[in-house]
Amino acid sequence: MIGAGKIKQYINVLDKPLSKGKQEVSLSAFAFLFSELVQYNQTQVDNISELERRLEDAGYAVGARVLELLCHREKGNRRETRLLGILSFVHSTVWKVLFGKVADSLEKGTEHEDEYMISEKELLINRFISTPKDMGAFNCGAFVAGIVRGVLENAGFPAVVTAHFVPVEGQHRPRTTILIKFDEEVLQREARLG
Amino acid sequence: MAAIFSLYIINKSGGLIFYKDCGSTGRMDTNDSLRLASLWHSMHAISQQLSPVNGCTGIDLLQADTFDLHCFQSLTGTKFFVVCKPGTQHMEALLKHIYELYTDYVLKNPFYEIEMPIRCELFDINLSQAVQRESVILLGR
Repeated sequence: MIGAGKIKQYINVLDKPLSKGKQEVSLSAFAFLFSELVQYNQTQVDNISELERRLEDAGYAVGARVLELLCHREKGNRRETRLLGILSFVHSTVWKVLFGKVADSLEKGTEHEDEYMISEKELLINRFISTPKDMGAFNCGAFVAGIVRGVLENAGFPAVVTAHFVPVEGQHRPRTTILIKFDEEVLQREARLG
Repeated sequence: MAAIFSLYIINKSGGLIFYKDCGSTGRMDTNDSLRLASLWHSMHAISQQLSPVNGCTGIDLLQADTFDLHCFQSLTGTKFFVVCKPGTQHMEALLKHIYELYTDYVLKNPFYEIEMPIRCELFDINLSQAVQRESVILLGR
């Protein structure tokens, strides 16, 4: 084989370092693919909450894989075990790998102890999407909510994650908030760990 | 007075899928704009057949006493045209830019059905901005 001698041969595939991965993909290609995903799911459902659920499920699978990959690639096979640790992992590491930037903000809910919010002025997947008025509060960010749920649940932090449009004063476009509501067991464990 | 009167997008079968008037001059009601759109579609097709030049792609510019009509046809047959004051410059670039906005905010929108009337908030916002920017540049000249 030509040039085969130049490449270092690994006897075991597991000894091979994990590739850094391609850092960027075409946004247009992604936008078209995502658009098809939404359109396909639209043909499979009769109501909007069903569509939301299907998008979330699609995201969940992505989240589960992303967690696995990033723990191996960035954290040397360790994963976060504390609540704030995993949240900041989602907010910075996961966001950076998926969207090329850290999320705009991560806040704790004011009314409930178990609620956290990740906000984005403009979610990358919503860049080209105008949601029709007749779809009400539907947000394609449900896909991202699914990703977040996938990461959290597989890291041992079961939670309910939803995406919402939140109007901003003085801005034409609403921002998207990913609302995370952790299960009770998570908070109990946190309290125990002190 | 704004130099750009109105903007049209017609699909490949000649149906009007987008209409926007800028300013009060040359404003048309829905029926008239639909009529103009299909009329232009047919004229464009006929001109290709009548042209003495080989490989003619249709009318790019129609000049009248009171207006100019610039037309841009995409590879898929969607036509974008703008009606403006006679002698207005840089309309080709504006049409190309509108085409770009169309590919971004209309074609990548999962809720848009192809060949159907365009109702996309983001497209409207970005289009208004583009036209406004163009008007400012034109006034400055």
